[in-house]
Order: sequence, then C-alpha cells, then structure tokens
Amino acid sequence: MSSSPQPVHAPPRAPIGFFRRYIFSTDHKVIGLQYYFLSLVAVTVGVVLSLLMRFHLVWPRAHMPFVSGGVMRPEQYLALMTMHGTIMVFFVLTTAPLGAFGNYFLPIQIGAPDMAFPRLNMMSFWLTLVAFGCMLSVFVVRGGAPISGWTAYPPLSGLGSITGPGEGMGQTMWIVSIGIFCFASLLASINFISTTIEMRAPGMHLMRMPLTVWAWFVTAVMSLLAFGALLAALIMLVLDRSAGTSFFIPYGLVVNGELQVGRSGGWPLLWEHLFWFFGHPEVYIAILPGMGITSHIISNFSRKPVFGYRAMAGTLCAIGFLGFLLWGHHMFVSGMNPYSSLAFSALTLSIGVPSAVKTFNWLGTMWGGKIHFDTPMLFSIGFISFFVTGGLSGIFLAQPALDNMLHATYYVVAHFHLVMAVAAIFGIFSATYYWFPKMFGKMMNDTLGKLHFWLTFVGAYCIFMPMHFVGLYGGIRRYSDFTGADYLVALRPLHMFMTIAAFATAAAQLIFFYNFFKSLASGAKAPENPWRGTTLEWATASPPPIDNFAGHFPHVFRGPYEYSVPGAREDFSPQHLPPSEVAGTAEGAPNV
Amino acid sequence: MQFFPAFLRDASRRASLARPNSRMRGSDATALLLFISLIVFVGITVYLFATGYYAPPPPITPVGLQVDHQYALTLYATGAIFILAQLGLGFAVFRFRDRGKPARFIRGNTGLEITWMLATAAIFLGLGALGTKAWSETRFQPSAAGAIKVEVTEEQFVYYFRYPGADGKFGRLDPALVSAPTGNPVGIDPNDPAGRDDIVVPTLTVPVNHPVELLIRSQDVIHNFFVRELRLQQDAVPGMVVPLHFTPDRIGRYNIMCTQLCGMGHYQMHSFLNVVSEAEYENFLAQALKQ
Repeated sequence: MSSSPQPVHAPPRAPIGFFRRYIFSTDHKVIGLQYYFLSLVAVTVGVVLSLLMRFHLVWPRAHMPFVSGGVMRPEQYLALMTMHGTIMVFFVLTTAPLGAFGNYFLPIQIGAPDMAFPRLNMMSFWLTLVAFGCMLSVFVVRGGAPISGWTAYPPLSGLGSITGPGEGMGQTMWIVSIGIFCFASLLASINFISTTIEMRAPGMHLMRMPLTVWAWFVTAVMSLLAFGALLAALIMLVLDRSAGTSFFIPYGLVVNGELQVGRSGGWPLLWEHLFWFFGHPEVYIAILPGMGITSHIISNFSRKPVFGYRAMAGTLCAIGFLGFLLWGHHMFVSGMNPYSSLAFSALTLSIGVPSAVKTFNWLGTMWGGKIHFDTPMLFSIGFISFFVTGGLSGIFLAQPALDNMLHATYYVVAHFHLVMAVAAIFGIFSATYYWFPKMFGKMMNDTLGKLHFWLTFVGAYCIFMPMHFVGLYGGIRRYSDFTGADYLVALRPLHMFMTIAAFATAAAQLIFFYNFFKSLASGAKAPENPWRGTTLEWATASPPPIDNFAGHFPHVFRGPYEYSVPGAREDFSPQHLPPSEVAGTAEGAPNV
Repeated sequence: MQFFPAFLRDASRRASLARPNSRMRGSDATALLLFISLIVFVGITVYLFATGYYAPPPPITPVGLQVDHQYALTLYATGAIFILAQLGLGFAVFRFRDRGKPARFIRGNTGLEITWMLATAAIFLGLGALGTKAWSETRFQPSAAGAIKVEVTEEQFVYYFRYPGADGKFGRLDPALVSAPTGNPVGIDPNDPAGRDDIVVPTLTVPVNHPVELLIRSQDVIHNFFVRELRLQQDAVPGMVVPLHFTPDRIGRYNIMCTQLCGMGHYQMHSFLNVVSEAEYENFLAQALKQ
C-alpha cells in the first residue's frame, strides 16, 4: 500500500545556522553523511589495529609504535584484536551500509521527503556517536581495552579483572558502548520500517521498489529482532560483573587460585546462545545491503533489468528469515546438545540456496548485457567474486564433522573476512563511487577509482586466501604469536606473505581517500543522472534539495530496472516518467 | 532541455544513442583483465587445494579418516561450484562488454531459477547428510566398553589429566581444596578413599588401539581441547563435564591445543597426547602410582 508522501509533520524547510544545518540536523541526508563519516573514522581505526596485529604476528619481539612499553605483550595483542573486531562489525559494517546509505537514499528512492521520524533519526546517530566515544575510551581507562574478543564469552568477560588485563573497566565500558549501540539500532530500525511501509510515492508498489530498498527493509526488520537479544545479554553480563548475579557463572570457579564465592547456577552457554542469536543475524545485517546495491549497480551498468527481480526480493526475505534459525553453527563444539547441531547444520546449508540463487541471478543480469566498466560496476563484480569464495568456505564450516577440525582455526577467519571484510566493504565502495555524484554534486576520478579497485581486488585475495591453509594446517585463531607449539613455526612464511599483502592493500586505500577528498573539493560538476539510472534518486538534483524533490514529488509508473526496453526512446526508462515520455517515436509501448 | 525546439531535442537524442556517452564507455582491456585475473585466481586456488598445500598430518583414528573423506567430498563439490561461478563471472563480463549492440531485454527465467535452486539444495543438503555419520559416531554414541577414562581439567593456562588409578574410580572433587602450590591442582578431597590412587599429570598418555574417553571440564573460563591428528575438539565449559571419545591407532606424540580464547596466555596453553604401546602405558601408570 502506498499513501501520500507527505509526512505527518510540516514539510521540511531549510534550517538556518551552521549547527542546525550540519551538526544537529534532522535531515536524513545530513544524518546519512554523519553516519558515513563516522564509519570512515571507524574503518581507519580498525585497519590500523589490524596492521599492528599483522606486524606483531611476524615480528613478535619488535619495538612498535602506539604500543605502550615498546614490545607488544600478549594481552595487548588480544586487546587490539578485540577492538578490531568490535569496531569493524559494529561501527563500520552495521553503520555504513544501513545507517549511511540507507538513511540517505531510502526516502529518496521511494519518493519521500524524509524518514518517518526525523528527530528519532537524529537521536539514533548521536547515540551511535556516543557509543563510539565510549568504545574508544577503553584504550585510556585503567587496565586498558578488553581481551575477550568481540564475542566476550563469560566467565572470561564476566568476573572482572581477575581473569585478565583489560577485563575490569575496559570490559565494562565495552558493554556500555555496545548497549548504547543496540538502543540506537533499535530506534533506527523502527524508522526504516515505518518509512518503507508508509511513505512510498503513489505508484511505488512493493514490487516496484528498488532492491536496495528491499535490502534495507529486510535488514531493518532483522535489526529490530536481533539487537534485543544482545541488549538482554549485555544487561545480564553487566549485572554478573557488578551486582554479584550468576546468569553466566556456575558454582565452584577457581580463578587464579581464588575460589569465586557467592556464585552458582549460571551457565556460560546461555551467553553463547543469546550472543549468537544476535550474532548470526548481525552478519546478514552487514551483507544484505551490499547484496541490494550489487543488484542495483549490476543492472544499471549492464543496461538490463535485474534477472529474476521477484526471486531477488524473495531471497532477501528468505535470507533474513533463515538467518535467525542457524546461530548454533557457532556452537557445534561448545558442549551444546549434539543432536541440535544436526538441525543447525541443515538450516545453515539451506541458507546457501538463496545465496546461490542471488549469485546466479547476478550473472543472469549481466548475461546478454551491454556492460560498462565504471568503478561502481568493478566493485560490484568484485563483490560477487568475494561473496562466492567466502560463501563456499561456509559449506565446510556448516558441517559439524568438519567443524571438529576447523573450528577456531584461521579457516574460520578466512571465511568471515572474505564475506564481511571484503565483500561487504566492496559493497560500501561501490555504493560510494555510485552515489558520490548524487550526494556531493561532484564526480570522483574514475581512473583513480579503477586503480583502487585493482589493487584492492588483488590485495584482498592475497591477504585472505592463505588463511585457509593456515587453518587447515592447524593454525589456531586469537593466538598472539606462534611460538607456543613447535608445529606452528612452519606457518611463518604464510603469515609473512599475508602481512606484506595487508600493508600493501592498506596503503592502496590511501588512493581512495585522496580521490574522495580531492573530488569533494574540486571534482567535476556532476549532472543529475551521470549513470543514466532509472530509480528516483536520479530524478532530482545532485545534491538533492532539502525536501528531496523541490516540491515536485514523483509518481511512479513502472518497475525500477527498466533498461533497454524494446521500443523505448532511450536504453533506460526512468520510474517517474509517464509512458508518453519514454515510448519511442515508433510503435511499441514500454512494459509498465 | 525542455526549452529546445522538439526537432533539436530528437536529433540530440538520436545522436547520443549512436555515440556512447563518454562516461559510459565499455572497455575491452578492463573486461579482458577481469577475465584473465579470475582465471589466474581460480587456477592458483584449485592447484593449491588439490595438491594438499599445508595439509594437516594424517589422522590417527578411523573416525578421523571419515572426517578427511567428508572434507574431500566437500572440496570436490564446492570446488566445482567455485570454478563454474568464478569463470562464469569472468566469461560474462568479457563476452557481454559493451560492443555497440543493445542489451537483450530479459526479465528472468522461472524454469532456470527452479532448476538451479533444486540443484544447489540437493548438493548442499546432500553433503550435510553424508557428513552426519562422522559426527554421530563421535558425539551420539557412547564410548566403547572398557574405555580408559581420563578426566581433563583445564584452567588458565594449563591442562591436568586425572586417571582414576587401580580402583577405577575418580575421587570426589571440591573446588575449595584446589591448590596447585601444595600439589592438589584439581582439588581432590583427601577424605574420599577413591581419590587416594588418582593420578594427576600434565600430559595425556594412552595406549594405542584402545578406546579412550575424556571427561572434559574447566576450572575457571571456557577452554578447549584440540588435537589435529584426532580431527576432534571440544570446549571445556565451567560447570559442565563433556565426554569425548576416540581410539588412536598410531603411536606418537601429538600436540594438544587450546582453541577457545581464555586470556593472555591462550597462545601458550598447550599439552601433549602421547600414544604409546600397552607395555609403556602400564609402565607409565606404575611409575605415576609410586609417586
């Protein structure tokens, strides 16, 4: 159903004053950009942390910058690793695809002037920023950053500093930060869902929504259902740490020679269940918007409709639904009931089906197309390649018999980095190159973009493919160095290769930053529709006016991917143009 | 554009269709480079996986062989999909680069969709079904009768292995009595006669070709017991005792690793599994009981 695009409140007027326009703005476009720049800062911090980690793994006794004391100690490595994972998963992969691009483009793509709840939107961003501040504060509190990984399993994380350095104030601030983040995400998802359901332009049926909108919508529903479980778990954990409760702490623990009195009845696996009930949907929250943008861009640059649009929308929903049923595959060797492992395994293998359908359909979209290799298209092609590679290693991990030998090895690290750190990031890059002209009214340099793509494509495969072999050989993850057991020494050449590749690939990202900021300052002026796209964001100025359409809210006459329609005037039929304006001068009405 | 007379507008549109938009020029070099780089990538990857690059040492149990067999099956199936998908991607971007012809207007193909959906489901779920035997043999079925029981106690950052001794019974444990400095690291209750002959050692020694059942527990945080030659691992969870059984069929010394992050000493937490002859095992027990 679609109702009037006008919100319940008065239409937005341009705010006056620097603070109201750029800092405390309720305009979804400003908020989207705020999320984007937050995620740029977060990804820079996250990459620096990972470079310090990779350096330490091959030169454990070297003196390093940024490390207090010079030589990195094991607990410092674990702190870097915990913060790397946490910052990347929450402040980059959950923030940029949905918070940045979703906020900016969802209202425009459905023909609305803003989100349903603009002030709630502003609050979501500011809470996220406060959460990021809390997260960074762990580096300076007494005891330093936590060492329990982004997964924070109790009792390691549940008993305070007796279990290790950083487990005191650092772990508490980590919990507070993620708790605030949960709250911000819950508010944001309410906004996304309400906007998509209520504020579509006339003619924008569900089956005429761009796949980016479908992806953001399903992602928001997943967020709403998943973050609650994490918030509950965090509250229980903080009570265990400071109020003497025993949600996760059983009787009779002896930590560092000290018997833990007053604790009984808790179960560490309760945390694992609650965390992974959130944690698994979380990784689909990270990738689904990337899938939406890939479909969108592949279609645009192949000049062809999305192959199997209904299947693409349906598989987004299927992945969203199934994603809630398979959290136990993180717990095959946890001591959980082994019969349930078979159920989780079957469900995990089945989610490979909609993912494979999406891959076939992306190839189908390109098949018979007229492909242009601008930078957004290159990154979307790269997304498909990395998603296939990373997804296939999941088939191994989904089987508990194989998980017996692969769990917690570098094989798992390879898998999730290929799908999250590469494929999802490629989704963010392609969205950036694609929508930069619309957001900033300037064009990015395409030659630098292509150079950035090639270096990152080759570099990322060089970093993450060797990790499969490290894991197969028995290289355990979360080890601060490889001197603990004799056989691990043989892995050093692989680690050296990966470290060099990591530094080279990180350096290549400087090309992106240079291109981004130089183009912001002095890029060529962008037209309204540089990529000759069909969706509503290309029917307005670059950048769009305050209410997105300067009062001329569009009506929608056709689906979102009407490219190369036989008999049409151009090789693209924009959604907002009436049939008379897209029909060719010869006979042959376009498909509506 | 709406201010131009209609004939100028139409002419401009016809001209722009004939001449590709300068921002949208397809590039033969890019398409070829993508295709070639995907071929090279697939070639290197298939070669390394197929030749067992950095493969683990051979398994030392019959179930370990089943796990390796399941791994190989999965590798063939996913390998075939990997080759088809990556090369298909490379071919598609090369073959359908902009060469001046308009794109084909195709919305989809329901028959193809259903076919590849069913094929994928069959392959993935089929693999899962084939792998259940290796899992059920280690996890559903109890250990064989007469298995040697060893209790594994894990704590930051050491392993303790407790044998029941001549009476075959484990003594009662009391966490309040845990005291490594005074020689009672797992907290055996001295008042329990069954515990008097319990043997507590830092490495695991077992006889070859004899079923072993480990009872895995933890003193403080979550740890893990992993031996890559066994193709087996199990988390040690405080408050739980989880059984894990195997029958080693090769004499040797194998690394026991902790794979669950347990604190700053996680990377050093490690022990040894010694699979020895029956005679040596009896000798080991006799020596340990003397102490």
